[in-house]
Amino acid sequence: MSDIKLEKLDDNRWLLPQTGAMRVPGIIYANEKIYNLLKNDESAKQVANVAQLPGIVNYSLAMPDIHWGYGFPIGGVAAFDLDTGVVSPGGVGYDINCGCRLMATELTLHDINDKVKDLTTALYHRIPTGVGSTGYVKLSGKDQKKVLEEGARWAIKNGFGSLQDLETTEDCGCLSGADPEQVSTRALERGKQQLGTLGSGNHFLEIEVVQEIFDEPAAQAFGLRKGQVVVMIHTGSRGLGYQICDDYLALMVKHQSETGIVLPDRQLACTYLASQRGRNYLAAMACGANYAWANRQILMHLTREVMEKALQIAPRELGMRLVYDVCHNIAKIESFKIAGIEKKLCVHRKGATRAYPAGHEAVPGRYRSVGQPVLIPGDMGTGSYVLVGQTKAMSETFGSACHGAGRVMSRTQAIKTSQGRSISREMADQGVLVMAGGKGTLGEEMPEAYKNLNDVVAVVHEAGIARKVARLKSVACIKG
Amino acid sequence: MPKYTLFDHTADIGVEIFGRTKKVLFANAACALFDILIQTIDNESKIGKGTKGQKKIMTAAGTDVADLLINFLRELLYLFNGTGFVVIHCIVIDCSNRKLVAQLWVESYHQKKHVMKTEIKAVTYHGLRVERIKNGWKARVIFDV
Repeated sequence: MSDIKLEKLDDNRWLLPQTGAMRVPGIIYANEKIYNLLKNDESAKQVANVAQLPGIVNYSLAMPDIHWGYGFPIGGVAAFDLDTGVVSPGGVGYDINCGCRLMATELTLHDINDKVKDLTTALYHRIPTGVGSTGYVKLSGKDQKKVLEEGARWAIKNGFGSLQDLETTEDCGCLSGADPEQVSTRALERGKQQLGTLGSGNHFLEIEVVQEIFDEPAAQAFGLRKGQVVVMIHTGSRGLGYQICDDYLALMVKHQSETGIVLPDRQLACTYLASQRGRNYLAAMACGANYAWANRQILMHLTREVMEKALQIAPRELGMRLVYDVCHNIAKIESFKIAGIEKKLCVHRKGATRAYPAGHEAVPGRYRSVGQPVLIPGDMGTGSYVLVGQTKAMSETFGSACHGAGRVMSRTQAIKTSQGRSISREMADQGVLVMAGGKGTLGEEMPEAYKNLNDVVAVVHEAGIARKVARLKSVACIKG
Repeated sequence: MPKYTLFDHTADIGVEIFGRTKKVLFANAACALFDILIQTIDNESKIGKGTKGQKKIMTAAGTDVADLLINFLRELLYLFNGTGFVVIHCIVIDCSNRKLVAQLWVESYHQKKHVMKTEIKAVTYHGLRVERIKNGWKARVIFDV
């Protein structure tokens, strides 16, 4: 862990004391086991680096799925004052609004048990996966502009789902302030071909079954019950988002010296939120976020069609509906109480999920009495968790929780470890059917490459920032 | 001296690139990028096997030699991700600390000929280093995958 020294605050939190150029201290959410993993990489140092950025409020935070990223750590959360603070494209990440979408069905495992292979094959053929896959939807320039401005609503207006889906999408599937004029021709060009694609790497579509309920009232509010078949989609803004991030990162690096901000890592290149360049980035980033929401909305619709056809059932029998859609790579203007005063801040979540509690106006009406669903996918094959945001998240973590298990093994290490093994057969032995196109994807994404999801979730649960509602077990998974 | 070696990074791919001269260092960086991205079906995974294909001149600029390397790799990545070209050979014709001109030999990506190995989302600045070593030059770059 380089030379960083952490002080234990309690069973689930470690303080990174303010030293050197740090403007605030850091707090890392971790138990002893996760703390010990921090020694293997540079992620704690990255928490300290983020703490050096101007206008950072309270703490530089990291969730328990923390691991070594570039610039910000993955699992990093940092909020900035709108007048004195900065926005950093690297603090959002290349995959703008990478996120998760959970869909519930009326089916039980019994209904699909003997059709899992056919169903998965049908999904694999219908949902474009893998590097360079082109999308189901071909966009004209005019349509693309609308996608960037309207997000999931555009997809629904064009027949991919129903208006109801918007209610249970974070920010109703559209970030305001999106301005396609701030998006480069290169980014637009890359986006034209990829709407309605899953992508590669850790992106996936998984059929899961509700294995255990921890919180009956919240599960009931979310429409989840034991034995129920659900579908989880994990993807983002594809090449369009990567290009937006890269374009603005290059621009900010080029003009960094003009801002007078000294950086410990060029990848943290940033500009003041109040500057024109900062506003332009946020307007372009919103376009990326909206594209990602449209993408997940289209993929949900394709999934619904495939399931109805493959299982030969009517829409009513399938009963697919959106439980929730959350983004986990984003910078958003949100309000929090700082020293007793309500203040608007720019919250960067780099591999972290929003986790608003009961009663918050941004939580959909039907969930408001329990809180916002927090979707936490685990490693391939283990399954996922559904949590619900807690009040403490508002005072401690800018309304944020973890976003996944978090890698613990590098991709090259994972490939080495998996050599000579058939990961897909190992998964099949555990009752999970996996279909993946990419060479090496399964090795890279093998379960041992990730932290134990149960440990990660236990930390946010015990720290009181998000409460366990349900655990989902993988049945089948398609990957790029 | 190898053209490049990979080093471990938890979430991404780290590459250490070597070159007798700065020009060779940059050409080897191009080679590393496409080796990670693509494998040709006939298993000739290394680029630089010949000078067939379409010729292209590429220029890049940066605020210093490290920024120049990132911008060069960025342009090469866009050539693939944005326009579907695979670089099969690269010679750096001219290279200062802030500007570079490269001669590329490229071919169009084709599923029958190329296998995608890893999707590289971007070339990052994180932990970036370009330095002189005893026998030439060395650089460290992390690709976001």
